[in-house]
Amino acid sequence: MKNRSLSFWLFLTPTLVALALVVFIPAIMGIFYSFTNWDGLGYTEMLGFKNYITLFHNSGFLAALWFTVKFVIVTVILLNVIGLGLALLVTQKFKGSNLLRTVFFMPNLIGGLILGFIWQFIFTEAFDALGKAFHMAWLTGWLTDGKTGFWGLVIVTVWQMSGYIMIIYIAYLQNIPSEVIEAAEMDGASPWQRFVHITFPMIAPAFTVCMFLTLSNGFKIYDQNLSLTNGGPYKSTEMLAMNIVNTAYSENNFALAEAKALIFFLIVAAISLLQVYYNRKREVDL
Amino acid sequence: MKKTSRFFLGIFGLILGIIWIFPFYMILTNSFKTPKGIFASVLSLPSNGTTANYGNSFKALDFMNSLGHSLLITVISVLIIVFFSSMAAYALQRNKSKLSGALLMLFVSAMLIPFQTVMIPLTANFGHVHMLNMWGLMFMYLGFDASLSIFLYQGTMGSIPIAMDESAELEGANRFQIFFKIIFPMLTPITVTVGILNIIAIWNDYLLPSLVLPQNQYTIPLQMFFFFGEYTKQWHLALAGLTLSIIPVILFYIFAQRYIIKGVTDGAVK
Repeated sequence: MKNRSLSFWLFLTPTLVALALVVFIPAIMGIFYSFTNWDGLGYTEMLGFKNYITLFHNSGFLAALWFTVKFVIVTVILLNVIGLGLALLVTQKFKGSNLLRTVFFMPNLIGGLILGFIWQFIFTEAFDALGKAFHMAWLTGWLTDGKTGFWGLVIVTVWQMSGYIMIIYIAYLQNIPSEVIEAAEMDGASPWQRFVHITFPMIAPAFTVCMFLTLSNGFKIYDQNLSLTNGGPYKSTEMLAMNIVNTAYSENNFALAEAKALIFFLIVAAISLLQVYYNRKREVDL
Repeated sequence: MKKTSRFFLGIFGLILGIIWIFPFYMILTNSFKTPKGIFASVLSLPSNGTTANYGNSFKALDFMNSLGHSLLITVISVLIIVFFSSMAAYALQRNKSKLSGALLMLFVSAMLIPFQTVMIPLTANFGHVHMLNMWGLMFMYLGFDASLSIFLYQGTMGSIPIAMDESAELEGANRFQIFFKIIFPMLTPITVTVGILNIIAIWNDYLLPSLVLPQNQYTIPLQMFFFFGEYTKQWHLALAGLTLSIIPVILFYIFAQRYIIKGVTDGAVK
């Protein structure tokens, strides 16, 4: 196909128009509005960096950022450890291992909003009942403070996403030639030695993929946050995405929300670019 | 592996599996209880089971309508995305020039922009032209989801030899015929992947539809707030509603499990 041919442009135009109208034009407008006093309809003056100064001083943004960073660190570690653990478990040949794979993956298909509501019931009602039945005080009063709210969000996310991470690790585990494992077995390597010296190095690429997937997903979480705690009590469990949405649609401070969204974009984009860089480097190393 | 260690692995797996299913079990058993029954004992099986919750929650959710909207929006959006993004990927892959390289970069870079950065101007703009409805939503999904789809399509298209196009051209076929009669059928595996990924994302989406759809076009996730928006929570109805909302997903999973697992793996690894 030639650049100037009619069919080239006929094939491309619909998606290009959609991309421009839905992503790029709103993004450029949003960046511009973040330097104004835009109220969703129009603006009357240019504010320079005033919104950005507000953002870092007094707007709940830093609290949400800190909460999100803690959440991301914990979930990235847990998801990769548990995801890999589940993958190693279900790739062993025992009765029911395929059924288990199905079970572990299932939560991943249900939307974050529905899952958050389900777990709200588990934490507030079922945990409470279990705590009273077995006299374990730490099981009662979940989601009533920032601490249990944090761990509640972690549990929901890990329960939802570890099946997904498991699937990715399985894909890489199945690429390890069985002769290599068998040869090591013949040479008398223990299961632990086989894991550390053969399996782990061979699934290193999977580790990079899963690291970045869990990292960028963690920063973008919104639905679970909304349906599980709605940021409460007193905004103690408000994550970045929710802080931006609330600034816009609860406080009607659209320009400040756009400024926050731009910082949010820079964080998420930096993670993705780091991933591209790592992938390139890995391909060169090979 | 030794027989005993296989046995203990099986037991360990069984326990983990039970923990994983526990939330679903709690939702299901309690959805058959009266409010008093839930209050009296969350953990036990329903003693005087009732199915009334399902009837009431079916009505409260306006279930047939919201299920219809969810289905309509998901199916049409996915068809639009598959149709247009495969065409765009074909144009970009078969035209080796700086321009198509730059356009591909443009599509890929759009994936870096998080939703919150564009949502306010996007909804304001579409509001101006009275497109805050499900047709506007379908168009938005093309804009948001075309990038990943194009990326997946053009990655596999390279393995289809260009000689296929050329011989068809010699026989007098035009571009559209070449693409839809010869190339597109060969892309079926990746079309399934693109379809599955988009079905999951669009079916479960909440934030964008909540900003775009008028109340008479609400999808299942949006309708779910009926039980949670108020000050008093009616768990007996909410649990029945949550169970109802999960059933279509479970059915889909049972019938398309192999494709779903493959699609999700491809989407993450490629």
